[in-house]
Amino acid sequence: MEPRSDNTRMIVNMGPSHPVTHGTLHIVLELEGEIIVKATPNIGYLHRGVEKLGEHLTYQQFIPLTDRLNYCSSLMNNVGYTLAVEKLLDIQDPPRSQVLRVLCSELARIGDHLVCIGINAVDIGAFTAFLYLFRERETIYDLFEMMAGQRLHSSFTRIGGLFRDIPPEFEPLCEQFLDSCPRTVDEMESLLTHNPIWADRTKGVGAITAENAVSWGYTGPCLRAAGVPQDLRKGQPYLGYDSYEFDIPVGTSGDIYDRYLVRTEEIRQSLRIVRQCLDRLRQIGPGPVIIEDYKIALPPKEKVYTRMESLIHHFKLIMHGIDMPVGEVYGATEAANGELGFYIVSHGGKSPYRIHVRPPCYPIFNSFDEQVRGRIIADAVAVLGGMNIIAGELDR
Amino acid sequence: MVIERIEAQLPGAILDRHAFRGDQTIVVEQARFLQVVDCIFAEGFQLLLDVTAVDLEIPEFRFEVVYHWLNLVSQERLRIKVPVADGASQPSLAGRFKSADWAEREVYDLFGIPFEGHPSLTRLLMWEDFPGHPLRKDFPLDGGDPFCSQDIGASFAPEARSLNA
Repeated sequence: MEPRSDNTRMIVNMGPSHPVTHGTLHIVLELEGEIIVKATPNIGYLHRGVEKLGEHLTYQQFIPLTDRLNYCSSLMNNVGYTLAVEKLLDIQDPPRSQVLRVLCSELARIGDHLVCIGINAVDIGAFTAFLYLFRERETIYDLFEMMAGQRLHSSFTRIGGLFRDIPPEFEPLCEQFLDSCPRTVDEMESLLTHNPIWADRTKGVGAITAENAVSWGYTGPCLRAAGVPQDLRKGQPYLGYDSYEFDIPVGTSGDIYDRYLVRTEEIRQSLRIVRQCLDRLRQIGPGPVIIEDYKIALPPKEKVYTRMESLIHHFKLIMHGIDMPVGEVYGATEAANGELGFYIVSHGGKSPYRIHVRPPCYPIFNSFDEQVRGRIIADAVAVLGGMNIIAGELDR
Repeated sequence: MVIERIEAQLPGAILDRHAFRGDQTIVVEQARFLQVVDCIFAEGFQLLLDVTAVDLEIPEFRFEVVYHWLNLVSQERLRIKVPVADGASQPSLAGRFKSADWAEREVYDLFGIPFEGHPSLTRLLMWEDFPGHPLRKDFPLDGGDPFCSQDIGASFAPEARSLNA
């Protein structure tokens, strides 16, 4: 669109603190009438210097920082980071821990998608779906609390396994959740999928071709909605994802409506995986959830109090950290928003020489200008919700 | 293997290679970098996942700009590293890969490596008049005094540089 020559553009600031920005980000919109001529995202308001901090923390101490990347699905960040460090160490966690990691990742994915769809609908004006969805998210957070002792900032994983096993009350509540969540998703679909207002506001908005999405570096539901069946759980399976039965939903036009449909179907597929995880946990039975290599994972407290070697291991791990090999790895997992990557350069020693986080929504938000140019302000709100921008992982 | 094909098409472009823990990595001379990118793009590495850098603190080539590519068809990954001297610039990929836009701006912001040919190379995460580049190894952990544009590295106690000293 050609700018008008009489200089009548209006500048509208969206954010840094605006209800639809969900976190602190700033978008400068240049308008002609109600049409957006240019959108300039201005990020960095939540920049905490995670990568710089990581260079001064031990590998174990970095886990709480990963909680604060995508705070809607912190368990997945924990899992992604520990898998990257375990790749560097070339170790594998025990089978029970692997199943539990898949279980908590999929619960986190459901939670993230529920929030994303709910908030997207609220921003556009459909308040009801949000209330139904948040009831389920509440149960997910109850489950997280049982697992990790915390609802939001879980820090559940440890290098080589998990912080602890799930308590006996977990399974009945999870069964209950598996029962009620599909009903809630049905209710949500009956409120949104065939709702003409929702369709008007989302169909064609933010449409993107597959080539363009790849060029922008899209991953996750936004890329799949554009018709590219890319999912690391299928393409480069980790944690034994290749042994679970699930399907990858793919959209056609890449618009907000397709992203919504892809996320909805992913919730159902994740529920399938959670069901399989519970069956597997019963099959495997009780067992260790962390490796018994005390040069990597802390020995159990009873041993520390009663055995000299364990006390030494405990002391060495706390004071000097893990003895890391020299090398560099890039560990990628399929997080709720797309590919979450951790690039770790180790020069040996207790802290990484360089740690870089590749957040999934960063390249996606990069395309915001192209997505909203020539559309109205209300579409910018819909696009922002459909991208699922989480400022914590955007700014790191 | 894609690396052998690059080697065949552009002999001498690959300075070094390794596959630590299965991550295919090549080190490419800066002058041949764009040729290598053309070559791997034709090979199907079309998703530029990430651009970042490492401050190696060695005098000759202080920085290493690190690119991660993904081939969506074969699900192969490729890491390309380009050594860059302090003060030297690196050719931009923003014209070819849209995802390079912010990724390169971030590297410029946090490391101070300029990207030649980038359409709008400005700071992204830090504010415009922020002194210094935070991810350089000589930048202090506590950030120094953000309001003092000089004396970065002199105005704070050395013990503040490490959390685990």
